[in-house]
This record gives sequence, C-alpha cells and structure tokens, in this order.
Amino acid sequence: MQNFSKNKKMQVAGEFLYRLQKSWSSKLGIGLLVLIVLLCLIGPFFSPYGINEIDLSSIYAGPSAKHWLGCDTMGRDMLTRLLYGGRYSLALGLVTALFGAVLGTVIGCIAGYFGGKTEMMLMRIMDVWSALPSLMLCILISAVLGSGFFATVLALSVGNIPNGMRMVRGQILSERTKEYIEAAISINCSKTVVMFQHLLPNVIQPMIVNTTMGIGSAIAMAASLSYIGLGIQPPDPEWGAMLADGKTYVYVYPHLILVPGIAIALVVFGINLLGDGLRDALDPKLRD
Amino acid sequence: MTEPLLKINDLEIVYSQNRKVVHAVNGVSLQLEKGKTLGLVGETGAGKTTIAKAIMRILPDPPARILRGEILFENEDLLKKSESEMGDVRGEKIAMIFQDPMTALNPLMTVGDQILEVIKLHTDCSRQEGMKKAGEMLETVGIPAERYVEYPHQFSGGMKQRVVIAMALACNPELILADEPTTALDVTIQAQVLDLINALKEKYNTAMILITHDLGVVAQTCDEVAVIYAGQIVEYGKKEEIFMHPLHPYTLGLFASLPEMSIGKKRLKPIDGMPPDPTVVAEGCPFRPRCPYAMEKCGQSVENREIAPNHFCRCIWEGRKSE
Repeated sequence: MQNFSKNKKMQVAGEFLYRLQKSWSSKLGIGLLVLIVLLCLIGPFFSPYGINEIDLSSIYAGPSAKHWLGCDTMGRDMLTRLLYGGRYSLALGLVTALFGAVLGTVIGCIAGYFGGKTEMMLMRIMDVWSALPSLMLCILISAVLGSGFFATVLALSVGNIPNGMRMVRGQILSERTKEYIEAAISINCSKTVVMFQHLLPNVIQPMIVNTTMGIGSAIAMAASLSYIGLGIQPPDPEWGAMLADGKTYVYVYPHLILVPGIAIALVVFGINLLGDGLRDALDPKLRD
Repeated sequence: MTEPLLKINDLEIVYSQNRKVVHAVNGVSLQLEKGKTLGLVGETGAGKTTIAKAIMRILPDPPARILRGEILFENEDLLKKSESEMGDVRGEKIAMIFQDPMTALNPLMTVGDQILEVIKLHTDCSRQEGMKKAGEMLETVGIPAERYVEYPHQFSGGMKQRVVIAMALACNPELILADEPTTALDVTIQAQVLDLINALKEKYNTAMILITHDLGVVAQTCDEVAVIYAGQIVEYGKKEEIFMHPLHPYTLGLFASLPEMSIGKKRLKPIDGMPPDPTVVAEGCPFRPRCPYAMEKCGQSVENREIAPNHFCRCIWEGRKSE
C-alpha cells in the first residue's frame, strides 16, 4: 500500500508539472530562467578571462569579437563578470525571498491560528514594521550589519516579512473555521500538528506564488542596495554593483549599464512569467 | 439500573462577545447508558451542538464559557480534567461525527492518511499496522480499501460522510457524538448512512448522542429523546413515550408541523413566532410567547417533572393528559 501511495504522489506531481507547462508564458519563463541559471553556473569556466583580470588596453571597449559584451571601466571582460555576478544576484534573490517567506509564514500562522492577544500583538508589530519604508529599512540594516552576503540577505528579507505574514494570516482566518480543523482538534491533534500539518498546506499556495514573484523584486532590491554602495562589495561583480560602476559613463559608454540592466530585467521577467504560471497551476478552482 | 456511561448535571454555557452574553445552554441534565442512543432534537440555535462540543471540551474559549454543571463520563468529571488527561478521552473514548462531510475532511490529505492519523494518535502501532487498520476501517464503512490513497475531492458526499464515520470509529470509542450527520446529505444517502451508523453502533456496542432536527431520523435510530428549546431540555424520555405521548406544547408543535401523507392536508402547521432572544434571560417558561396553552402561571420558572416513569417534561400544563 505504501508503494501505491508513492505512485499517487508522483501522479499528483506529474499533473502539476503538466499544468505548469501548459501555458506558453510559463514555458517561456522556465526556459529563460533555466538558460540564465545554466549560463551563470557553467559560463565562467569557459571564459578565457578572469573575473578581476584587468586589461588596461581595452578599458571601456565596446562589444567586439574579443570581448562579446565589451569591457568595463577597468578593462575587465563584461560577459565573464556578468555571468559570475549572476550567481550572486540569483542566490541573493532566492535566499532572500525564501527567508522572508518562511519567517512571514510562521508568524502569520501563529497570529492567524491563536488569534486574540497574540494576533493583536504580532499584527501591531508588523504594522510598525511595514510603516518603515522598506528601502530605508534595508539601508539601515546594511549600515548596521555591514556588507556581505548574509547581512544583505537579512537586510533585504526583513522588509518582506509583514507582507507574507498578512497574507498567510488572512488565509488562515478563512480556513480555520472549516470543520476539518475542528475535526482534527476533536481527534486530539496537538496545536502544532493542526497548524503545520492541516492548516499550512491548505493556505500555502498563494504564498508559493508570492515568494516566486518576490525573488524578482529581491534581485532588483539587491541591485539597488549595491547601487548605493551597500550590499555586495566590489570587486565582486554583483549586477547592481556593475550598474553602479557604470552609472557615471551612461552617456558615453551605454553598454556598461545596458548589459547588467538587461540581465536583471530578463531574470525578473522570467520569474514573473513563472509566478503567473505557478498561480494558474496551483489554483484549486482550475483543478478538475 | 446500571451506572450511566455519560451523565450531565445542570450544565450552563454562555457565549460572551462585545459585552453581550448569549445563554446557549441553561441547566441541561441528561444521562446515557452504554450502547444506547440519545437523540437531541431542537431547532437551530437551541444549543445542541454546544452541548456536544462541551462534552468534547472543544468549545472555543473565549467566547464560550462553561459556568456551572458537570459532565460525568465513566464517573469522572470531564470539565475538571486537565488538557493532557482530556487527550486520553478526546478521539479515543469520545469521538465526533461532523455535520458537513464536504468540509470535515482535509482536502490535501488522502482519506486513508486521515484515518491513520487518528489511529496513530491513540494507539502505539507502526505505520504499516496503522495503514492496515485504516484500510480495514474503510472496508467496514463500505469503501474498498484500494481507495485509501484517494483525496476527498474524489469522493461523493455520502462517501465522505462514510470516511468521517470511519475516522470516528477508528479507535472504538465508547461514545459517539453525531452532530447532524445526515443533514448535508440527500434523502436516499441519509437512509444508507443512518443504517450504517446503526449497524456499526450495534457491532461495537457504542453509545451515541445523535443531534438532529429531523424527527424521522430520531424515530429510526434513537432509544431516548431529549427535546431542547432555548438551551433547556423541555421534554425527555424513552423514544416510544415521547412519540406516543408527547406532553410539552413545543414537542406537540414539532409533531404537528410534520407533513402528513395520509390525511391529505394541504398546508403544514408551523409553530408561530420565533425562538426567544438568547441574550435575554426571561423568568418562567421560554416557550411561553409561542405557546397556545400559555397561562399566567407560566411566568414562574418550571422544573422538569417526571410525568410518567422515565418521562420528564418541563411544563405546568397538563391538559393533554386529561384529554
């Protein structure tokens, strides 16, 4: 019987994938993302140039056969830096979105399930929290914790917590009154089991979509942090940092800005397409 | 007379919200012997479900509060038990069947796993044994064990209610609280489900409290009946007694409002008026404003009186008896 149930689970997963790739937009999104991730992962190994290899003779060089995307202000190969920097940007986006989502979900669960004073307190804290502009919060935390990968992740994700938390709480409020929750309590399930085994799976779907979309905005946010000099520090080639590097020469050497700018735009675009596809695939109303 | 399995004494429950106090249950006393079925009959809001949830101790607190009374189950007061002691009772000795099978199952768990969950919470057995037992439970309620791995949305309403029943019976409880188990089902399925509940109850010698507002269901399944009005038991006794000799004007009204096929009456005879506002505690009989036999003396409070052996009625009117 156990094998049977494993089959069933695979069948469910298969159906989900089928529904996900049904629409052209999510297909495009997945394709784009897979391509970018692969390029970022293996691309730098094939590059004849080092990441921080300076070639003074080709400072500001435009795209050519030698340097496909040109060179930057110090004559470093843009393509190599772009692909290598993508690792930072993508990882930052992913970890940030996940971290914020997990924290938001847990807090939202607790607030929604327990209600009363617990909820009141958590909600007011979140109100204060979200009253601070998220970019300001980011800058504040970055300034206090310093730069570096994890400080940046923390700085970027705290701004996401109130949103996710509100969403999960709202879902839980509507789900909590259903009879199966009462039934679970009446067979003596503990509060934790009720919360995380019965409630959470039933409210998590919008959160998955939200988090996916959040990756895009986290990457953009990370870029803006780097742009103002916080976040990932030079010489590490994060996309936002590359943008910041080229900002002075935007009129003279536009490729310095266009290359990382378009890369960010493409990733965010791909992720948004995937998020739309996910939403459709997970929507229980569209399930037969 | 043997010692009753469940004995409720003078139970009073209120819901308080926004400084309003809703008196849901006002001094209910009843008892139930092993293997018997008690029907709780009454209209919406009479406090039937509140009583059942109080027995399970799953009333949401706040807003619900149990003011006084005791619920003796196997001679132990459930209301005095700690939450962890209650864990040995809830789901294991007392189980509940819920009203709406559409929402009483977790949509994201297979039906088998949901039964397994009950078994694993209350018995020490391996996953394999539990799954086998859950499969057997499915067979018991007439669902092939192969459907263990299916999700609730793949079942019809009647099938889901069977699963809910299987969940309730999985640990051989002493007492089942069935909260309108057939209300959400259509009539033919109702009959099947009732037959199933009856058969299983007899097989396992389980006592049951059946909450319903359908006198037909009561006639089919119950041994004893308690008619509830405004949080009070107005008439209480053996089913035959109540059905053959109803005494309380409210019970009379309930029977009068049943459709009668044989005589060819065109219109139903409803009870005039509305149930009383549960936030107001009035002196005297709560049914008085709607009662066709109301008199001045009804303004004083009445106690349940034993009118015939094992037949209690909370009414001073005895006209029916002399008729």
